[in-house]
Amino acid sequence: MKTIEVSVVTPDGPVYESDVEMVSTKAQSGELGILPGHIPMVAPLAIGVVRLKKSGSKEQDLIAVSGGFLEVRPDKVTILAQAAEKAEDIDVERALRAKERAEQRMRDQRVEDIDFRRAELALQRAINRLTVTGKQ
Amino acid sequence: MASLRDIKNSINSTKKMSQITKAMEMTSAAKWNRGVMNAKAFVPYMEKIQEVTVAVAMGSNGINHPMLQSRPIKKTGYIVMTSDRGLAGAFNSNVIRRVFQTIQSRHKSKDEYSIIAIGRVARDFFVKRGMNVDLEIIGVSDQPSFESIKDITSSTVGMFSDGTFDELYLYYTHYKSAITQEVTEKKLLPLTDLSTFAKLTSYEFEPSAEEILDVLLPQYAESLIYGALLDSKASEHAARMTAMRNATDNAKEMIKNYSLIYNRARQAAITQEIAEIVGGAAALE
Repeated sequence: MKTIEVSVVTPDGPVYESDVEMVSTKAQSGELGILPGHIPMVAPLAIGVVRLKKSGSKEQDLIAVSGGFLEVRPDKVTILAQAAEKAEDIDVERALRAKERAEQRMRDQRVEDIDFRRAELALQRAINRLTVTGKQ
Repeated sequence: MASLRDIKNSINSTKKMSQITKAMEMTSAAKWNRGVMNAKAFVPYMEKIQEVTVAVAMGSNGINHPMLQSRPIKKTGYIVMTSDRGLAGAFNSNVIRRVFQTIQSRHKSKDEYSIIAIGRVARDFFVKRGMNVDLEIIGVSDQPSFESIKDITSSTVGMFSDGTFDELYLYYTHYKSAITQEVTEKKLLPLTDLSTFAKLTSYEFEPSAEEILDVLLPQYAESLIYGALLDSKASEHAARMTAMRNATDNAKEMIKNYSLIYNRARQAAITQEIAEIVGGAAALE
């Protein structure tokens, strides 16, 4: 089966590079699945999981991304994220703490505050990380 | 002439000092290594985001995003990057001098510019002179993460968007090699010089080019600031390393001179003593 090259880059360096059969992810406008030969496209990503289907196996690589961009070319997909972690690199303890902190803040703040929005995003990121590790 | 003990003291204190500068040189060397690695790790992200930004901004005609357009200049923003601590040779003073002179020559009144100071040295310098420091950040770690400076980058880009200033310049020290670093001026906003890198792919946009630019351009500008900060950190440690090496060398030189003086003085004292004994013995005969 045809494959497509994928790289995930963050400001702290490249996180993932491999050839895969399919990339599926959550863009701001909804779920997106990219197969080899896709037309060139750019889309902003939501906080979510990127699933990468490896060729010849049933297994998927999971990467937690916190916003950023998806750039698609016929032979290559690049994900530019401000933060991205592979499942095995995620610090579960830290994500759990972040989740509790965010929940606490959301209880303390009123909905219209900017801090509420911030806490909400932090909560989403924490939950996203936990989802990827399968601890949630 | 100083007494023997005075000279001995100077030798000792200079030795202690050279131990300290030597230790500082070594810590800087380690940090410098890390700094250079961080700056390198950032390059792929920067290149990619630049490529995409150019492609989106150029590839879609008739887009007038405020961050891409020059507007009449009423106020100019200056980001100045220095270190928090001194003892880095001319690292800080070079940047500050450049900014200071630029501001003096370009602006007549305080209302025409505002300064965003990164690093204690820049903050202190400009605050002391009563110049407009609108934002400051001190205590940036030696290996700053993108997350940790997000606040300053996004508020700076925000200040451009809400019209606090109409153009934004970035002053930092560009790292060339361990011994050469160069003060660099970069016009950050508006992003007018994008067309210089032409490598176009025409993209589909999901949902639309405008909405993508809304997210992409601030992120691009923030990345530029972050990249400059990494560059500046690498330069800082290289500069400090060189400064400390020079200090250690100078201390060694001083110790050599002092030892010479000390030995000479000691010899003189011994000679004098012998002369006195001989003189005393001769007087008894």
